[in-house]
Amino acid sequence: MLADFLEYDFLRHTFFTGLLIGIIAPLLGTFIVVRRLSLIADALSHVTLAGIAFGLFIDKKFALGITPLYSGMGFSVLGSIFIEKLRGVYKAYQELAIPIILSGGVGLSVIFIALADGFNTDLFNYLFGSVSAVSKTDFYSILGISVVIILVIRLFYRELVTLSFDEEHAVASGIHAKRIHLLFIILTALVIAASIRVVGVLLVSALMTLPVATSMRIARGFKQMIVFSIVFGELAVIIGLISGYYFSIPPGGTIVVVSIIMLLLAIGIKRYSFRRVTHETE
Amino acid sequence: MEEPVVSMKSITYAYERKNVLNDINFEIPRGVFMGVLGPNGGGKTTLIKLILGLLKPDNGNIRLFGQPIENFKDWGKIGFVSQKANSFNKGFPATVYEVVSMGLTAKIGYLKLFTSKHKKKVLQTIDQVGMSDYAYENVGSLSGGQQQRVFIARSLVSDPELLILDEPTVGVDQENVRKFYDLLHQLNDEHNITLLLVTHDTRTMTEHATDIVCVNKTLHFHGNPSEYKTLSNQDLSQFYGHPVNIVAHDH
Repeated sequence: MLADFLEYDFLRHTFFTGLLIGIIAPLLGTFIVVRRLSLIADALSHVTLAGIAFGLFIDKKFALGITPLYSGMGFSVLGSIFIEKLRGVYKAYQELAIPIILSGGVGLSVIFIALADGFNTDLFNYLFGSVSAVSKTDFYSILGISVVIILVIRLFYRELVTLSFDEEHAVASGIHAKRIHLLFIILTALVIAASIRVVGVLLVSALMTLPVATSMRIARGFKQMIVFSIVFGELAVIIGLISGYYFSIPPGGTIVVVSIIMLLLAIGIKRYSFRRVTHETE
Repeated sequence: MEEPVVSMKSITYAYERKNVLNDINFEIPRGVFMGVLGPNGGGKTTLIKLILGLLKPDNGNIRLFGQPIENFKDWGKIGFVSQKANSFNKGFPATVYEVVSMGLTAKIGYLKLFTSKHKKKVLQTIDQVGMSDYAYENVGSLSGGQQQRVFIARSLVSDPELLILDEPTVGVDQENVRKFYDLLHQLNDEHNITLLLVTHDTRTMTEHATDIVCVNKTLHFHGNPSEYKTLSNQDLSQFYGHPVNIVAHDH
């Protein structure tokens, strides 16, 4: 079943890109989930869509050859910085930043899509992902981004964990919360922009949160939770991409459904084993 | 003379134009076990946050280990144990080992490695608070008293010279409260760590502390426990802002 993916160039690039985002999306997702910021991924993915629509529009009107990946990334990073600022302005209503950014993203997307003369199949691919959309240059860009993201997380791992666990204590012990928050949200924006080609705007947040929700059921400790999340993320991407290809379904859909099945299994197994243990001790 | 660990001079702090603290002056000498008493809303927690640099005073100045707080960089010298119920992220799956390691994050600094020396220190500190058997358990699965020990270890692991505790025994059962104070005395006597403990539990404080300060908007009393016990009911009711029956407090 894998043979096609390794034989054809366009499938191979998608497949390897899928493997990369199967690592970075759950990796960042672990921090997003424990910090209760799951909806931020959704807000940023819609801003990324605005950036992509902007790129398509500019490309169509002026033929400047801007890759939508880069315009999407630019919008996403700007949106992330804006979210962080809004969260500072509305201290008591930090979640307010999310609908502001999300609706702003959708609004801009609609405008640019209309200016670019409406929907086309390319846009459909951006919304739900595609098995054949990743070009060679996109793949190398995403490879570069992934390496940077993993390195930065490695370097600031302790600060990120300490802040996520207990912000007050972390600040009292002398950690610069603001800088680390900003760094973190920019990384999130990059991951989302990198993931959109394969899973799509509407489903990218699922790849960041569902594997983490599954892993949370069984992991002991934070490091283990990251490792399990990545394993579940990779499984979802591989199974989702292959089945998406063979059934001609956008991979975003199959990846999410596979993730949900794993989540349900984890909940079921935990229940079953818990019941068995309590029976044995009785 | 040795510099006091903390000195506060004419500190005033207002929150949304309401005066929380007014003209506070006092020093924490090295090696004491100081209890901060006061009614709820009297500004005890605000006082701590000022010392920790989490809040900035509107007026007055604070010195930590002889340095003005604005220039103070050595935050590893100050450990902080907050009211556990409010502070940490309960859904966060971290092991005892991981939580205690977090106490070293700021001390190690950016872009430096966590070495085997640090690992040894973490395990040693877990042992010091008697939690070795649980080192690789999730913190969320422990009892309130055990969690509190873990949070003390997180503060101790950076070798602080001053340990600040805010209502640390809320929600901890009587037996564990006793063990908890044994641990504090051990830190104070054997390791010469200066302690600043905020509580509304007057009786326990007069039993354990070497110094007592009473805070309600301003500083009402500063002395040792035997002096505190000689305070009249009238003094106390003035301090608490309502009539107080000292007999009721002795239960």
